[in-house]
Amino acid sequence: MTTTPLSPNSQSTAQRPDTLGRFGRFGGKYVPETLMPALSELEAAYQQYRHDPAFQQELQQLLQDYVGRATPLYFAERLTARYAQPDGTGPQIYLKREDLNHTGAHKINNALAQVLLARRMGKQRIIAETGAGQHGVATATVCARFGLACVIYMGVHDMERQSLNVFRMRLMGAEVRPVAAGTGTLKDATSEAIRDWVTNVETTHYILGSVAGPHPYPMIVRDFQAVIGQETRAQCQEKWGGLPDILLACVGGGSNAMGLFHEFVDEPSVRLIGIEAAGEGVDTEKHAATLTQGRVGVLHGAMSYLLQDEDGQVIEAHSVSAGLDYPGVGPEHSYLKDVERAEYYSVTDQQALSAFKRLSELEGIIPALETAHAIAYLETLCPQLGGTPRIVINCSGRGDKDVQTVAKFLNPA
Amino acid sequence: MSVISQCFESLQARSQCALIPFITAGDPDLETTAQALRVLNKSGADLIELGVPYSDPLADGPVIQAAATRALQRGTRLEAVLEMVQGISPTLQSPIICFTYYNPIINRGIKPFLQQLAQAGVAGLVVPDLPLEEATDLLLPASDLGIDVTLLVAPTSSSERIATIARQSQGFIYLVSVTGVTGIRSGLEARVQVLLQQLRQVTDKPIGVGFGISQPEHARQVKDWGADAAVVGSAFVKRLADGTPQQGLQAITEFCHSLKTALLP
Repeated sequence: MTTTPLSPNSQSTAQRPDTLGRFGRFGGKYVPETLMPALSELEAAYQQYRHDPAFQQELQQLLQDYVGRATPLYFAERLTARYAQPDGTGPQIYLKREDLNHTGAHKINNALAQVLLARRMGKQRIIAETGAGQHGVATATVCARFGLACVIYMGVHDMERQSLNVFRMRLMGAEVRPVAAGTGTLKDATSEAIRDWVTNVETTHYILGSVAGPHPYPMIVRDFQAVIGQETRAQCQEKWGGLPDILLACVGGGSNAMGLFHEFVDEPSVRLIGIEAAGEGVDTEKHAATLTQGRVGVLHGAMSYLLQDEDGQVIEAHSVSAGLDYPGVGPEHSYLKDVERAEYYSVTDQQALSAFKRLSELEGIIPALETAHAIAYLETLCPQLGGTPRIVINCSGRGDKDVQTVAKFLNPA
Repeated sequence: MSVISQCFESLQARSQCALIPFITAGDPDLETTAQALRVLNKSGADLIELGVPYSDPLADGPVIQAAATRALQRGTRLEAVLEMVQGISPTLQSPIICFTYYNPIINRGIKPFLQQLAQAGVAGLVVPDLPLEEATDLLLPASDLGIDVTLLVAPTSSSERIATIARQSQGFIYLVSVTGVTGIRSGLEARVQVLLQQLRQVTDKPIGVGFGISQPEHARQVKDWGADAAVVGSAFVKRLADGTPQQGLQAITEFCHSLKTALLP
């Protein structure tokens, strides 16, 4: 197993992003002028409150009592046995159980923290985009908890394949606005949320759900998700007195992966692996493998890798999982790829569906289809590994929301 | 002096407020776009903003979004848009301002993109998702080629930002009249007048007001408030798209005349 040292020109974790919101050449603020003051205001509020004891205390208390943190680091015994060598060696596989959070995914870590910020900024109306619906549900949840008006933008196609989550959001009092533009998926929902924000910026806070979008979102969302990696470090220390060897997470926009990676970016012995959705295959037109197939471009306010055609028109992504169905990716992932600190690979819909079944059968844990992509990569990764490296997979969400979709694939009518 | 600056100077000499219609290239097709440029040029347009259709126009409201989607569905390519402009621009009095999002620019490369614009006879460039902080890479190479990059000021811009944007903006300053996306609105916000006064205190450059101007009375109002130009977008795009191309061209001809009449001193 090899690890790649950071290149000499790379920024240290503490300096990332720089004051202009850059991760190397990635990131920035490519938004209409109308939003620039709001982004500055958000950044100022974040800098003011991130170390504020009252803010931190409120956040920590809620993460514990409302979200249910810390989430366990679970040794997946039967999954580990599947990849054991005849001589008894083989990777030891652990799952960071973000699926056990309230609302069933890591998304609430960020939604909760941002809503606490929004309250301090005096914003009474919250908007968000959602793909799989997990971020929408998390946002609707925290808005219900604090009695804030909540509008969720969701592509019509995603509303259909994630109807359970649409029901949950509405149940908690959120207005779910269907977005029919484009292919009616996460990209279009995000554009529509940005348009709403441009229009209502003076009263509204936009809770962006991934480490994407204009600065300071990639930084704020990363920092609010970093609790995943911080807990993982402490739990690894407790279980075996050391660091993990490999971290594995799925990447759409990339918030669960960044949340797990961030704490370990400056630990060169820890291998960081992100898994994108290859859809029907990266050599087809139907995939969402931005980092492996994209070129540098600008989408939703940030410079990053992007799926685009020759003219710079954004290409619709495809994945069986609504949460990975995004033609862009968070700018820090593009940076980590370019400085060769993290590795990014992709798995197909079929591989993810198999992994969805496998984890259900072997561990009694039904993962989100997004998460299933990370699980699926074990099939490729494990045979390459010698010894007994410890792998921590971010089990970023639970799969209840996906059972209808999966049933359709496994038992086509 | 740039083409756009000359245009404003000559208008100001006649105490006129400029009319800047906007249309989306390729909706319904590039041939109609070329004809639309001709008729607008003859019907009172002082400058013309030509929108390059983009897949993710996040500063645009439903009318221009839909026009861009239609144009892209018909296979409208940047190459073909510029070719059409190159063919027609020598015959137009009104300078052409290209309105495009940033991704198609960096996809081509900033310099090659600007060179193509210059070659096509485009006089100015508006990039709605490129705020001041990110515009530096574009401003210098553009002025070398004689293309004005016009920056936008919004109702939410602080007075410091307004002053800096006014200093850096080329050709004119584009004042966004609403917090919001492009589109047809029933009335104008009164704070536009305040913003115009605020801008006037920090700049001698011409000021164009746009986003939400859809009627002759709106145009007249921003002129009376001291604007040097009124930009009208969705209202043109909608008229051009209604019915057959011939009906659309007829409708924008009449509409353009009525706006220009409202702007006359």
